[in-house]
Amino acid sequence: MTVDKINELKKTAYKVREHIIKMSADGGCFIGASLSCTDILVYLYNCFLNVNKNNSKDPQRDFFFLSKGHDVPALYGTLVETGLLDKARLNNHLKTNDFIYWHPNTNIPGVEFHSGSLGHLLSVAMGTAYDCKLKEQKNKVVVLLGDGELNEGSIWEALLVAPSLKLDNLIAIIDRNKFQANTKTENLIKLEPLSEKFESFRWNVGKTDGHSFIDMERVFSKISGNSGKPTIIIADTIRGKGLPSIEEKADRWFVNFTYEEIEDLLIELRTKEKTILKSETLMVR
Amino acid sequence: MNYETLLENLTKKDERFIIMTAENRAAIRNLPSKIGNRFIDTGITEMTLVGMAAGLALQGRIPIAHSLSTFLTMRAFEFIRTDIGIGNLPVKLVGGVPGLMSEANGPTHQALEDISIMRGIPNMRVFCPADEDDMMICMEKILNSPSPYYIRYNNRKPLYSHSSVFVEGKAEIISMGKDINILTYGILFSEALETSKLLESKGFDTGLINMRTLKPIDEGIIINILKKSKLTVILEDHFLTGGLFSIVSETAMKYNISGKVFPIAFKEKWFKPALYKDILIYEELTPLLLTNRILKEIEKI
Repeated sequence: MTVDKINELKKTAYKVREHIIKMSADGGCFIGASLSCTDILVYLYNCFLNVNKNNSKDPQRDFFFLSKGHDVPALYGTLVETGLLDKARLNNHLKTNDFIYWHPNTNIPGVEFHSGSLGHLLSVAMGTAYDCKLKEQKNKVVVLLGDGELNEGSIWEALLVAPSLKLDNLIAIIDRNKFQANTKTENLIKLEPLSEKFESFRWNVGKTDGHSFIDMERVFSKISGNSGKPTIIIADTIRGKGLPSIEEKADRWFVNFTYEEIEDLLIELRTKEKTILKSETLMVR
Repeated sequence: MNYETLLENLTKKDERFIIMTAENRAAIRNLPSKIGNRFIDTGITEMTLVGMAAGLALQGRIPIAHSLSTFLTMRAFEFIRTDIGIGNLPVKLVGGVPGLMSEANGPTHQALEDISIMRGIPNMRVFCPADEDDMMICMEKILNSPSPYYIRYNNRKPLYSHSSVFVEGKAEIISMGKDINILTYGILFSEALETSKLLESKGFDTGLINMRTLKPIDEGIIINILKKSKLTVILEDHFLTGGLFSIVSETAMKYNISGKVFPIAFKEKWFKPALYKDILIYEELTPLLLTNRILKEIEKI
């Protein structure tokens, strides 16, 4: 990956984070998880997935499923920056004149399926991956899961089934930001050792730094589409990445900031100087 | 032609069809060798079964997913509601041993609320055939429907030669009575048929309606029967809440009509687990016992 490419990706990720921050006022959004998966989405849409505004209905495109639907601001922002979604529609966030709400839905160009209820889209992605195999197509099916989402039994059921169906066109990514709604994952239901769990379930397992484009390139470029096994990538991330004032703060999961705070946070994104936040966190869960 | 042969033929002539199961193969045991990778067994995983079916349907397939009714509609309920329902995907859910067909399995296997919860899902349709012939008459049209469907699988040997004309949302009118009319669906159709004959022999002009689809529902026949019958009997192997009695009640309120109604269903209880013929005796559902119950009710009028 060239330096120019890395700088271009960083610039795109910066713009996506700006979109996310702007969506965290006037009703708010799930900012923490959105910021943790931003670099993953920017990498996927710019370097890995064969999907763009010209082929978004082509059956040969790659399919991306966002299973942890609450971080959809990162997807909205990425779809805008990759030309799939009209930027003006972000002004309709949470408005009744559009469909830009807290979870993804298929009224948004580029969204393959709705989500919001955790633990669903791994099996949905498996269905689509099976269809691609039946059609002998080479496209990839990628699904992004949250680490908190791994609490759901349906995930482990699907993790058990996918290798037996030999879905080697299926790639699951864990946004391992080490937090769930209210607490650190390891302080609630311990997930570790995760790699060993997935390996014992017969998946190809990879680990990456979910904020490093070079490292993601290193790991994703090694994925083989004909290994006979599905692949799972654990992407280590930081919840709230890019805004030191909310990074890894358990209570900054869902936020509804004032416009003043948004202005300060946009400055913080650039300077990394912490903003003094007064808005209370809405604990909706 | 039986159900399995229909699925084999459909799958071979139309590449949209995928046959799936959560390791319940009773009705489709011979299909794996005949349709190869168009048959998917996800193991005992109802959530994954339904989620995968949604992912296949997204790509233009029509998955026909099999599992026992209780586990399919209840273990995977939120997947059905959220993935199939919100997505309005043409997945066909085939529930095995529904209602009384679970026989001696016990309450864990007694799907007596399946119709209630399936019909509550927007876009979902519900088909409850009276027996194998009735099922086979209607099934191809139902499997080709662009809507999601829940099907109460019923391979009971028929005692009646059904009308080969099937329209979704239209009941099969076996007969119309001036005194008593029985509205029913599913496996108890055969008992209802014998019951109607016994009531006739006692001098009551008795009719019988096989509802076929409970959603969409044939409102016209319900209104007609409520208006014209001295007594409308609603016979179902379902809880009293949420099934045909509820549907008839909702229809009556919607059109501001009333009528004398005698519901026969399971009121806040599961039925006695046993072999089918013994359940019928224990739960007073044999044609003779049903006749006595209905006669007692009509005496009150």
